Amino acid sequence: MNTQMDTMEKLRILSDAAKYDAACTSSDVNRAGVKGQLGSAAACGICHSFASDGRCISLLKVLMTNICAYDCTYCLNRRSNDTPRATFRPQELADLTVSFYRRNYIEGLFLSSAVFGSPDITCERMLETLHILRNEYHFNGYIHVKAIPGADETLLQQLGLLADRMSVNIELPSNDSLKRLAPQKSKENILLPMSRIRDGIKENAHDLIRYKNAPRFVPGGQSTQMIIGATPENDRRILQLSEGLYHKYSLKRVFYSAYIPVVQDRNLPALDTAPPLLREHRLYQADWLLRFYGFTADELLSEKTPDLDPMLDPKCSWAVRHPEEFPVEVNRAPYEKLLRVPGIGVVSAKRIIRARRQAKLDHEGLKKLGVVLKRASYFITCNGKMQCRLRTDEPAVLAGILRDRGLPQGGIQPEIPEQLSLFNPTKEDAVKCLTGQL
Amino acid sequence: MSDRTIVMYYYDGTYNGFLSCVFESFAEKETPAAILPVDEADQTCLFGAKYIETDLRRAERVRVSIPKKMGMEAQDLLERAFFTCMPEKELRMLEFMRLGYKVGRGVCGRLTEPAVDKITKAVQFLEREAHLYLGFLRFAEYGDVLIAQIEPKNSVLPVIAPHFINRFSGEDFMIFDRTHKLALLYKDGATEFLQAEHIELPPESPEEEKFRAMWRTFYDTVGIEGRRNDLCRRTHMPKRYWNRMTEMRDKV
Repeated sequence: MNTQMDTMEKLRILSDAAKYDAACTSSDVNRAGVKGQLGSAAACGICHSFASDGRCISLLKVLMTNICAYDCTYCLNRRSNDTPRATFRPQELADLTVSFYRRNYIEGLFLSSAVFGSPDITCERMLETLHILRNEYHFNGYIHVKAIPGADETLLQQLGLLADRMSVNIELPSNDSLKRLAPQKSKENILLPMSRIRDGIKENAHDLIRYKNAPRFVPGGQSTQMIIGATPENDRRILQLSEGLYHKYSLKRVFYSAYIPVVQDRNLPALDTAPPLLREHRLYQADWLLRFYGFTADELLSEKTPDLDPMLDPKCSWAVRHPEEFPVEVNRAPYEKLLRVPGIGVVSAKRIIRARRQAKLDHEGLKKLGVVLKRASYFITCNGKMQCRLRTDEPAVLAGILRDRGLPQGGIQPEIPEQLSLFNPTKEDAVKCLTGQL
Repeated sequence: MSDRTIVMYYYDGTYNGFLSCVFESFAEKETPAAILPVDEADQTCLFGAKYIETDLRRAERVRVSIPKKMGMEAQDLLERAFFTCMPEKELRMLEFMRLGYKVGRGVCGRLTEPAVDKITKAVQFLEREAHLYLGFLRFAEYGDVLIAQIEPKNSVLPVIAPHFINRFSGEDFMIFDRTHKLALLYKDGATEFLQAEHIELPPESPEEEKFRAMWRTFYDTVGIEGRRNDLCRRTHMPKRYWNRMTEMRDKV
């Protein structure tokens, strides 16, 4: 077997092992290219392709190795699983990254790894790959690297100076679930590197004020991911956790990954369980409301209704329960109020603010601004006029009208994956980028 | 302004040519029923049409008036609108300018005005398509040169050029727009735009097919079968892009 064939086989095994990681974004870093060197980074992120599951492909997402010392129940790479194993040489992976990058296949590298030997040994190999890319090839593209919990602090620091984004996967939404399914990991073990990265970024911000050319530590911030549906936590618990992570750990993104049964275990859902894609989708919608629309987790869900409504998107669901907030007069309402109207997004809210300075807005005009009247018309007035004649203070009536069409009624877990296409976060990212307004 | 005479303009298809048409329209106090680039004008309907000579001095007078009267944003919008595939873009741009001279700097904010709405939407389409090409464009190596071919609806090449020049400043590369027969050449740090009917590809580098195969392998592996969603994929990556993409060609 020649070496090229070898790289091909490794690529197949190690991308297959990495594909369950949701994050593939290349956003939040703006770095112009350097004359004569390879690469740049665009703050909006760039999707280079879309996989058969509709997810954006932006980075070459691979593991350094899938040989693992751990035995986490939910994980395909656990030690006791019989699966083909492979390991990239740092040089080999750096070469592959650059070859793909030159052909504009990718925006950069997403490097994760199973724990090979010890966390430190694993980290050193990853560090070597990044070192070759950044310091030998002067590669200025995007690099997202996974922090390996339990690795030495100085190694983490060095990785952070070469990478654009770092992430530590929180894996499961509670400590109990962790104990049950990933006994070698613990909440402390995961939150420690997370807080170190946060502190590193904070410290770096001070350095950057003092020295313009101070090396930048994780300029793209950190993200995390948790698996949804493998354990019994409700949506409220999950959203509260996310909210905490955004506030306390200044995370840029929390990713949710619908659990896909890959291994049979008595602690896990059966192998023929469908991944809860609709639930994942609703969580992403709610997550968006937390980050860009000024909602809090407690506003969206309460102890009485601890789960998101599968039939209604979370914003509609909130609006229906709060008739006292509506209708909103589009010609006068402040930005924050507009944002809370179903059918008005960040982009159209900004357009409304802008356009109403020049002229009074009517329903026809709103359509031109991109407002979805199908939803918004029940919640707004234009110059005091309301378009619909329905009882908008009757939650049940409204909920019935606004319900997502095409979803089966009353099903316990309605699975219409096509629904995802409308609001997939990658699309939102693209919109965000094009308008440059966020 | 009198609209009584039915008159048509045709011009050389350049931005300066268009600005000369705008000058003519104002100087003669007439609103043309059509403004057509000469290569698109149907010879039979050129009866009574005026050919507007590109006059750089007139064009310049119009050009400087735009930011002065209606702001930088309007200038930017108009320059981009010229790259779009909007039907009758010249007339739409003229309408926009008429409004701009009348109402001044607020013109871009009048998003519900038809003249502004049309041009804004067209530019949004251009920018969306340009953004998609930042990702979907694929280079292949021929000798030491990277070559990519695109088939956009809008003339995106001038919009995406700065991105690729910045990112691949150490490489020699060419991007050929097959729709608009326009090539971007970047060699030894110098940029050039050329009109070309077609391009002749030099022989491929021997390694090329290997990297293509590896990229296809990666692509086919990374999708999760349990989450397969063709509609979602097509929404984000419409099929018209597929035949120029290494990993999608065999799936068209």
